[in-house]
Amino acid sequence: MVVPLTSRPSAGPSAEEAIELYRQMLIIRRTEEQLARAHQQGLVHGACHTYVGEEAIAAGVCAHLDREDAVFSTHRGHGHALAKGVPPREVIAELLGRVTGVSHGRGGSMHVFSPEVGMLGTSGIVGPSILMAAGVAYAFRLAKSERVSVAFFGDGASNNGAFHEGLNMASIWKLPVLFVCENNQYATEVPFVSVAGNPDVSARGVAYGLPTLAVDGNDVLAVHAAAGEAVRRARAGDGPTLLACTTYRTRPHSEGMRDGGYRTREEVEEWRQRDPIKRLREHLVDHAAKLDAIDREIEQMATDALEWAKASPYPDAATVLEHVYA
Amino acid sequence: MRELTFTEAAREGLAEEMQRDPMVFVVGEGIGARGGNFATTLGLFERFGPERLRDTPITERGFTGLCTGAAMVGARPVVDYMFFDFALDALGEIINQTAKIQYMSDGRLKMPIVLRGCIGIGSSAATHHSGNYYSLFAHVPGLRVVAPTTPRDAKGLLKAAIRSDDPVVFMEHRGVLGLRGPVPDVDSDEVLPFGCATVRRQGNDVTIVGIAHMVTQALAAADELSARGVSAEVIDPRTLAPLDIDTVLASVAKTGRLLIVDEDYAPCGVGAEIAAQVADRGFDDLDAPVRRLNSLHAPVPYSPPLEAALVPTPASIASAVRELLAE
Repeated sequence: MVVPLTSRPSAGPSAEEAIELYRQMLIIRRTEEQLARAHQQGLVHGACHTYVGEEAIAAGVCAHLDREDAVFSTHRGHGHALAKGVPPREVIAELLGRVTGVSHGRGGSMHVFSPEVGMLGTSGIVGPSILMAAGVAYAFRLAKSERVSVAFFGDGASNNGAFHEGLNMASIWKLPVLFVCENNQYATEVPFVSVAGNPDVSARGVAYGLPTLAVDGNDVLAVHAAAGEAVRRARAGDGPTLLACTTYRTRPHSEGMRDGGYRTREEVEEWRQRDPIKRLREHLVDHAAKLDAIDREIEQMATDALEWAKASPYPDAATVLEHVYA
Repeated sequence: MRELTFTEAAREGLAEEMQRDPMVFVVGEGIGARGGNFATTLGLFERFGPERLRDTPITERGFTGLCTGAAMVGARPVVDYMFFDFALDALGEIINQTAKIQYMSDGRLKMPIVLRGCIGIGSSAATHHSGNYYSLFAHVPGLRVVAPTTPRDAKGLLKAAIRSDDPVVFMEHRGVLGLRGPVPDVDSDEVLPFGCATVRRQGNDVTIVGIAHMVTQALAAADELSARGVSAEVIDPRTLAPLDIDTVLASVAKTGRLLIVDEDYAPCGVGAEIAAQVADRGFDDLDAPVRRLNSLHAPVPYSPPLEAALVPTPASIASAVRELLAE
């Protein structure tokens, strides 16, 4: 049955839950800022795609997940890893190529794996995470568990065959999976509207018979409510849901890359005004003292995380052939 | 020992593993109630039901990626491509995800998946239903590549493939699917190891390494050569990754001459790899250059005389051996 929903479901988070969402978004923001600085200092060896501006989506969705649930992510995946429970210092250490990194230095930014917390990978390839998330959902059902699987992906992936094949299979087999499209409106630096026959991603979910929710991806309360409904459906055996979130990345596609030629400063500034952290802070105006304390705590955490990463050793070169095979 | 065909033996192995482990499931087009284009799953749908014998849409990339995900969390998927040519739509998933997940996760995730399908030239199947491709897969770190040639090996190696925590590319040549041969009783639970070549025929004058169906063609050539007084040893590597080069080296130490017969293309192929390794480690044992006999380097044509012109035959193998003996 197709359920095209575009309004925010009624049940919103409690003030306590909202404060936790604030905390989670801030962990992502401060970690990303730390990584951007580390990149400028030459400490990051490879690519670094930050999630700044999009934090509401990872935070709002992952708040509903248990450690045993699975998350698949993208090349812009630090936020998903952090929201799923990977400690900031392990993310930073990974980008610094250290053995204490979340993938023990095997992966870098785009290959962040932490099965211990259900983080089954960021990815350097756009699309496959959608299929693998559907597969994990298939295995969960085969094992008769109530676990759910989540694929985060961007607008770019919604033009990829993996999206269409994955949504179709999840729909016909009613798999317990959430497809979370983070439409930040640029596939790398190509405007989505210029490469989409129909730039309404939610229409694509409906086309495959998926219940679909169009969500303001910069409103963490809206994301939280929509994801709650989708996770509930998945756990109940009612199948997959597509969340079509609209958002914006306010930093360059990748750190150190020129950010001009495809969007205007005015546009970036306009979206900075819709910053999800700022918006939630305004919503939680009665809890300012508590939020201030969180600000200080996370600032310190991010500082300590970088120092810990910098002090960590590199992997032993003799281990380079380990784990090619089981 | 009772006799089964290659297909029957492989199917029996699959059924035993599905019975043994409820997390084994099969996906593919027509592998459900229909039982598979090559009867790979005939009769299993009734026993195991649709969730474990999952008919798919024609989305090779999609269901390969899906099964890769399933394998990350403890399922043991068997992807039945029907023809391996169809798996090429999934090459990005296989090489970038399936093969690399264990390494990327530093060994914390396993990848127990079997990618199986029919390979090989014959029956005017033409170029979208005739590819071999094992060299392509054997090139990739993280993949195991298996090409059995007998019913017993088909069963024992498929059982090993399903139990393996590594991704296994399991290639079934059309030329051997109907061959009958001895297979141990059902209760024997024979699981054959990877990386163990076998000597299919003992000989003293020349070593012939055949790949997949070329083992049977090499054996036919050896019969022909025997009638003319030439004693050929025929080796079946059985698995191409890992490759058991020691068995080849031991044979070459005896014969001094090596011919590699491979239906896949010569450039950058498994045959080239075997030749290079023998040159590296067995140079002093060689009395003549290592020779290769491969299919010609062209897409596979349809018309019977064109198709036949492409592929090594017992006659062309025997001829290549005679030339090698003259060197």
